[in-house]
Amino acid sequence: MGRQGQHPISDVPAAGDRGAPALSVDHLSKRFGDRMAFEDVSFEVGRGEVFGFLGPNGAGKTTIVRTLGTLLTPTRGTATVVGIPLTPENGAEIRRRIAIMPESPGLYLRLSVVENLECFADLYEVSGSSERIERALGAVDLLDRADDACGSLSKGLRQRVALARALLSDPEVLFLDEPTAGLDPVAARDVHDLIESLRQRGVTIFLTTHRLEEAERLCDRVAILNTTLRTIGPPDELRGRLFSSALTIRTLGALSEPGRIFAGLAAVTGWSQDGPASYVIAVSDPAVAAPALTRALVAAGADVLSIGEVHHSLEDVYLELIDEQGDGRP
Amino acid sequence: MRLSTRRIGAIFRKELREYRRNRSVVAGMAILPLVYIIQPLVAVFALASSASSSLAHEHVLLYMLGIPALVPVFVAAYAVVGERQQGTLEPALTTPITREEFLLGKALAALVPSLGVAYAVYAIFLGLVLRFAQPSVASALIQGPDLIAQVLFTPLIATWSIWVGIAISARSSDARVAQQLGVLASVPPVLVTVLIALNVIEATLALAIGLAVVLLALDGLGWWVTSGMFDRERLITGHRSA
Repeated sequence: MGRQGQHPISDVPAAGDRGAPALSVDHLSKRFGDRMAFEDVSFEVGRGEVFGFLGPNGAGKTTIVRTLGTLLTPTRGTATVVGIPLTPENGAEIRRRIAIMPESPGLYLRLSVVENLECFADLYEVSGSSERIERALGAVDLLDRADDACGSLSKGLRQRVALARALLSDPEVLFLDEPTAGLDPVAARDVHDLIESLRQRGVTIFLTTHRLEEAERLCDRVAILNTTLRTIGPPDELRGRLFSSALTIRTLGALSEPGRIFAGLAAVTGWSQDGPASYVIAVSDPAVAAPALTRALVAAGADVLSIGEVHHSLEDVYLELIDEQGDGRP
Repeated sequence: MRLSTRRIGAIFRKELREYRRNRSVVAGMAILPLVYIIQPLVAVFALASSASSSLAHEHVLLYMLGIPALVPVFVAAYAVVGERQQGTLEPALTTPITREEFLLGKALAALVPSLGVAYAVYAIFLGLVLRFAQPSVASALIQGPDLIAQVLFTPLIATWSIWVGIAISARSSDARVAQQLGVLASVPPVLVTVLIALNVIEATLALAIGLAVVLLALDGLGWWVTSGMFDRERLITGHRSA
């Protein structure tokens, strides 16, 4: 599924209410017997947004996808999907306008790739199904495997067929549940490329994933779920919200009086030693603090090896939230 | 309730393609009719002309109504639980298909080949009897009312069997167990046909009409009950919807 092998599918069909968010979830909960799958979850996803849903195993990610996909009935709360209220009566209409790619491709293994897609084109009642199937196969670079039995395909290729199947109906919202689980890095990158191309076409994507770098790279906003929603926002904003800015300083030898050097400098709010000749300086504004620190270190006669900003990954955010609040599962 | 023939057709075609490529289904649909045809043929061919007078008072052909009772349940019992086990049920249920459309597609896909098998077996049996049995035995065996009953009751019995099979399938977590339970559930109608064939229950027009009406009602009821048992949430998660 290289980029050169990708073909556009078609423009996203006009939605009934283009002004409404693609997804709007309000205090939604789902309980299975004594077990709470997810609780009091609220968020909105805008049209054309790539929204990441992160969380450990059993956090409720797949259950939320199934609930918004009308497969499960919420225990409490309300939601709208593509502007349509999430009720059992609206199930078929919602399913007509979305597509879900489950974690397991769920293909009919005795049928060929094209037979699988023909079946789903009919289930979605898409018009011009032959052309649509060809475009979907082109989008995942599988035109040359159209007549192969799905049972003969590798896991990565099956995942691509499942993606092609999800694209058949030109969904307004595409739910991808762990789309790269179990894929090798090349196959995973191909899936990422396809998600990028869908984003450019304005398809709303709801992506659940364990791969934090995947979410960081692809998603406009991410939510972290562990039964309850822990946080939500753009990855950069989450970093800023959880971690104060800091600079790391490495010197050739240990500073004799670091406290005296760092004290009173502009934008420096604190410091700690991170190694024999390494220091972490908490700052309110790295752009102001870094030049001041450099001048102070030089003035003190220190041999400075490096001064850099501490970069917190989405993984740091995730681990901070999951560790801090415990497992959270009942 | 609007039913989409295209969606029903999609499930129907998909099922037939899968059956064709599934050796266990083909073998299951072929072996039982063979058993049903070989033993009676051997018995009929061995009959002397003198047996025709006693045969005229029996309805041996009706014994073959066991075929539409047993053959479809074999595939119908696989219909839902088989997809669950393969992981193909969830993707299908994420499409706009309604449970009624899904079940009708499944039922039709079990019904059509079953009727084909049942009618083919009747035709082969009759052809062989006419060709190779003693003429007096053949004429005593092949009675007009029995032929009509066979043709008319075959779809009624098959449909009932299919709904029983699908209902069991929707509640099972293992395909083999579902098939075994389905065959077990087909024993009562098979028993009734055997008792009629052996004249233990007297075959009369009133009985035929009564049974037809009951079967028609059961066929309708079967669809209704099976639709009610088809709960997306329970099928996917194992829990009933709230």
